Amino acid sequence: MKTTYREAMRAALRDAMQRDERVFLMGEDVGRYGGSFAVSLGLLEEFGPDRIRDTPLSESGFVGAGIGAALGGMRPVVEIMTVNFSLLALDQIINNAATLLHMSGGQFNVPIVIRMTTGAGRQLGAQHSHSLEGWYAHIPGLRILTPATLADARGMLWTALQDPDPVLIFEHGSLYNMAGDLDDDAGPVDVDKAALLRHADGTGESLTLITYGGTLPLVLAAADQLAEEGIDTDVIDLRTLRPLDTHTILDSVAGTHRAVVVDEGWRSGSISAEIAARICELAFFDLDAPVERVCSLEVPVPYAKHLEEAALPSVGRVMAAARRAVGANG
Amino acid sequence: MSTLKNQGVTDAEHAGHLLRQMLRVRRLEEKCIELYSAAKIRGFLHVYIGEEAVAAGVMEALAPEDAVVATYREHGHALLRRVSAGAILAEMYGHAEGCCRGRGGSMHLFDAATRFYGGNAIVAGGLPLAVGLALADRMAGRQRVTVCFFGEGAVAEGEFHESMNLAALWQLPVLFCCENNLYAMGTALGRSESQTDIALKAAAYEISAWAVDGMDVLAVEQAAGRAVDAVRSGGGPHFLELRTYRFRAHSMFDPELYREKSEVAQWMERDPISLLQGAMQEAGQLPEEDWAALQADVDAEISTAVGFAENGTPEPVSELSRFVYSDRAEDGGYTGDGGTAERDTRSGKGGAEG
Repeated sequence: MKTTYREAMRAALRDAMQRDERVFLMGEDVGRYGGSFAVSLGLLEEFGPDRIRDTPLSESGFVGAGIGAALGGMRPVVEIMTVNFSLLALDQIINNAATLLHMSGGQFNVPIVIRMTTGAGRQLGAQHSHSLEGWYAHIPGLRILTPATLADARGMLWTALQDPDPVLIFEHGSLYNMAGDLDDDAGPVDVDKAALLRHADGTGESLTLITYGGTLPLVLAAADQLAEEGIDTDVIDLRTLRPLDTHTILDSVAGTHRAVVVDEGWRSGSISAEIAARICELAFFDLDAPVERVCSLEVPVPYAKHLEEAALPSVGRVMAAARRAVGANG
Repeated sequence: MSTLKNQGVTDAEHAGHLLRQMLRVRRLEEKCIELYSAAKIRGFLHVYIGEEAVAAGVMEALAPEDAVVATYREHGHALLRRVSAGAILAEMYGHAEGCCRGRGGSMHLFDAATRFYGGNAIVAGGLPLAVGLALADRMAGRQRVTVCFFGEGAVAEGEFHESMNLAALWQLPVLFCCENNLYAMGTALGRSESQTDIALKAAAYEISAWAVDGMDVLAVEQAAGRAVDAVRSGGGPHFLELRTYRFRAHSMFDPELYREKSEVAQWMERDPISLLQGAMQEAGQLPEEDWAALQADVDAEISTAVGFAENGTPEPVSELSRFVYSDRAEDGGYTGDGGTAERDTRSGKGGAEG
């Protein structure tokens, strides 16, 4: 069936609400407004204001209330409008959700799902455009999901709700309108493994492109163009940033001997740095070239279109990095 | 005004129970200080000495199915919520027998069996949790009450205001208990708040709120009983400002430069234990031998608890990374399912809720 990322997310929410009466959605403008990105449009009419619960602009308050509700036996899905706003709830996410199970010696797990948009590309300026999922991936106790495909938009939420521990889902704002075909019976997906979306067939110089979330479409586009140049790629969609599926990365690099990591976050102290470090630690002797990284320039994301485009990873920058990696081998 | 003076002590047996409860907390914490000085306990240790009437009075109003959220000065709350003194001390020792297997320590006591949700060391960070616990009860149609303790320092935090608003907006079954001991660490209330009438702040959110003499355990119990009844019967959130005082330093590292010794001495004249003890003696309800027996009982309890902690075993380092995430069974599924984990092997209690 034809669908969009937004519709797939909505279908996942509707399905979860129908399957488990403990599930409810809470956040700013999720109800009457229909969701700031229209993900929950129509759900208020279907499920009522108790379960599609509009909140005041109190990120720490309602995220903390979600954690408390999870402790109390509910299965809350808390929506935060953007990752930048989630910083107002960092105390609750990191000091409570991520720590309570361990701090209580295994007594209190927190089965909460927190969804938020992330990423740039829509000229929204520095306070609505950052990619901070890599930060969250630093935190033990959290699981970090980054659906980048229709199947994952449809399937990750239910899997997240089955997790007894806190799960954060990052939805890149540029993906909501992505359209395509989804199986009619599409449902929950495994979130433990990264996905190998394209496999080098060994016909040319090869390398592994590793990415997640909003940069997946441009990485796939770059892979197509690289193939025309005789550069053959594995493309890995990480899907989950914590815990990282290191095996899939290493298996691929063992075959291609080169890796380019594409991450819309900033380079310093980023998830791309973690991935590069793991490759260097665990697959150093498989490498024929230094690991390349394509990240956002280290500036707050600017408003003007040409400046924003210049700050973000692009097909051109991915191709340039790929050519360097291949060229480095002579 | 003090109910002790106004009403006298009407039920000697019950008054004796409250006296015992306060004394248990006092003796436990005096022992904690001693053990800290002997380097048996490390980290931060914040004692409640002087404030015992608050926890003792409020806990009387609660039912076993209710929930408690407390602060990092929570030894007394845990004890009076029926976490054993042994499990509390063992926790401070970092032992496997501790209520959190040595991962929490003094500031993070938790207990699923008694629905004791910490032990929260971020000032005001527990308030949204309490709101959420109450929301879960409300959505599930349960008649339970969540009580949230916090200090007056929390009132300056945004989470306080967000939580007041959410609780009132959604008419949730939560009782907020502000333990106003006048100092946020070393910062006096008047130096941190433009409006020092805390009950007034809660009232601004349309929450029924009143101030209580927090040194008078009978007054606290009476107020808490009234408030809990109102919350349980659907009256929405309530708020008590319990006016009390911390006799000891903020922690073991506090030279107390910020307050006069005379002020402390003045408050100590209203020691909640002495007040009740005196009132009972005056009413002829606490013969000397009863008082001696009570003290001996409490001393024995604490002494047994110290022995339990001393004889415990350090939580094995091999278990260190356990409980970062829930345990998974061999088939890949999770062993627990529910806000209260089902794998509490010490209490043997299940806990899947809702």
